[in-house]
Amino acid sequence: MELTREEEDALAGRHGDVMQMAYRILVATGEATDAEKLIPIRWAHLSGVNYNTIGDAGQEFLKSISERGAKVRVRTTLNPMGFDADNVNEYGLSDEFISKQLSIGDSYRTMDVAPSFSCIPYEIYEMPQKGEQVAFAESNAAIHANSFDGIKTNKESAFSALASALTGKSPYSDLRREDKEADLTVQMRVKEPDELAYGMLGFFAGRVGDTSVNISGVTPSGMDRRQCKALCGGMGTSGTCAKIRFTDNEESRSEKVEFGDEEMRRVRDELSTAEKGDLITLGSPQLGLWEISDLLRRLRGRSFRKRCLVFCPRTVKEQAQTQGHIQRLESAGCEVLSDCCTCLSPLIDPRETDAVTTNSVKGAFYLNAGGVGVDLKPLSDILEEETA
Amino acid sequence: MISKILVGGMAEGVILKSEKPINFLGAVDKKTGVIGETNHELYGQSLKGVMLVFPSGAGSSVGAYTIYSLSVNDVAPLAMICQKADLTVATGCAVAGIPLVLVDKESFNSLQTGRQLRLDTEAQTIT
Repeated sequence: MELTREEEDALAGRHGDVMQMAYRILVATGEATDAEKLIPIRWAHLSGVNYNTIGDAGQEFLKSISERGAKVRVRTTLNPMGFDADNVNEYGLSDEFISKQLSIGDSYRTMDVAPSFSCIPYEIYEMPQKGEQVAFAESNAAIHANSFDGIKTNKESAFSALASALTGKSPYSDLRREDKEADLTVQMRVKEPDELAYGMLGFFAGRVGDTSVNISGVTPSGMDRRQCKALCGGMGTSGTCAKIRFTDNEESRSEKVEFGDEEMRRVRDELSTAEKGDLITLGSPQLGLWEISDLLRRLRGRSFRKRCLVFCPRTVKEQAQTQGHIQRLESAGCEVLSDCCTCLSPLIDPRETDAVTTNSVKGAFYLNAGGVGVDLKPLSDILEEETA
Repeated sequence: MISKILVGGMAEGVILKSEKPINFLGAVDKKTGVIGETNHELYGQSLKGVMLVFPSGAGSSVGAYTIYSLSVNDVAPLAMICQKADLTVATGCAVAGIPLVLVDKESFNSLQTGRQLRLDTEAQTIT
């Protein structure tokens, strides 16, 4: 990768050790994506916020760079953290967890990062013009940006997005350059898919696809928001794929792989590991305003018979509150949490919870990995079986 | 044959190989370096001090912090050898200072668990 004189200086450490680290990250990213130069980006979205995922090493790393004067150079937003500060005292987390998590938030604020604590930036911020370059580390958001919003990003890592935030630059990779057909097309054969089927389609396609993948048999206009987010969330979990090209061209020369009932059953067998959940979680990715009002409509006044954790961004919770949605969800037995998410949440303790019921493929993967069983089913079945 | 150097360095040790991609966040315990994902082929094995050979990283972008944590906690692999580049592994290794190279398919297939391996990115050799 070609660097300008100024970029070379930064890499050599002449602009301080934080910038040197950022440029080392950008160089490794550039080599990995076959980029020839760095280009400006206008928005970075960072992962690496939840103390449960980055641990002491991550917390100390962020504290150290923020104390050494690291500041972001472009608009920068953040993924969810481990809890909702408004009600954290009700969840029995250790003082150590709470203080380390707050330290992480403080370090990001010191670096001038907006404390959005959301994995759905595409739903709570106005999106840039089509063709604009951004750097999104949250995998579902990167796939959403490239596939539905017409803006461009790599499937950034926590560190590549951080380096882009600190420098305002990112390597000019394939994904940023052109919009070409992928080498592989996944043919969707499942009839009348619900959001869980879309999530499993994403998980399957992410596993077989490379940097991008074509999907035939579904169209963006045929999906509701829940299905669209499930597709992006599932795909982000299983592989390195950062973009979906929707195509109707089954004649194209790309390799074809079918996703039918049998393939879907295999994904479900892998991820659905329990008969019944002790509690229910909704929101991985976090729910937006439409999903919350749709959930209320479909509840039709019934209540959950077990605990149901609902995760959404703070701004969505505030909007829903003014419309009376939150009070109604709470009377239906829901605990509505902002700033955090199902994924690797310390609020779900494997020592106390054997299994969780959810409609999220992404949530299911990380719950299983954390030693919690999963009863994976679509929202319609959850509402049918778990409410009265 | 090394096809690309992503993070330079020198390392020598015994190979631990996975035929399946690794989702570092979730699959690997950042304090012990042990693979905890029950249906992963390396389940229960430690990554500490091995020459880790695997096709690529997968999944969460936060896995880069996991790789950095392995290094801070002194349970990281000596080097990583992949078939395909992904940003989580590339940047995690860049921050942690773990040598990382890509190899062609033939070399990847010939690298087997238990074999001694020496990587030198300066000399561009893997023997």
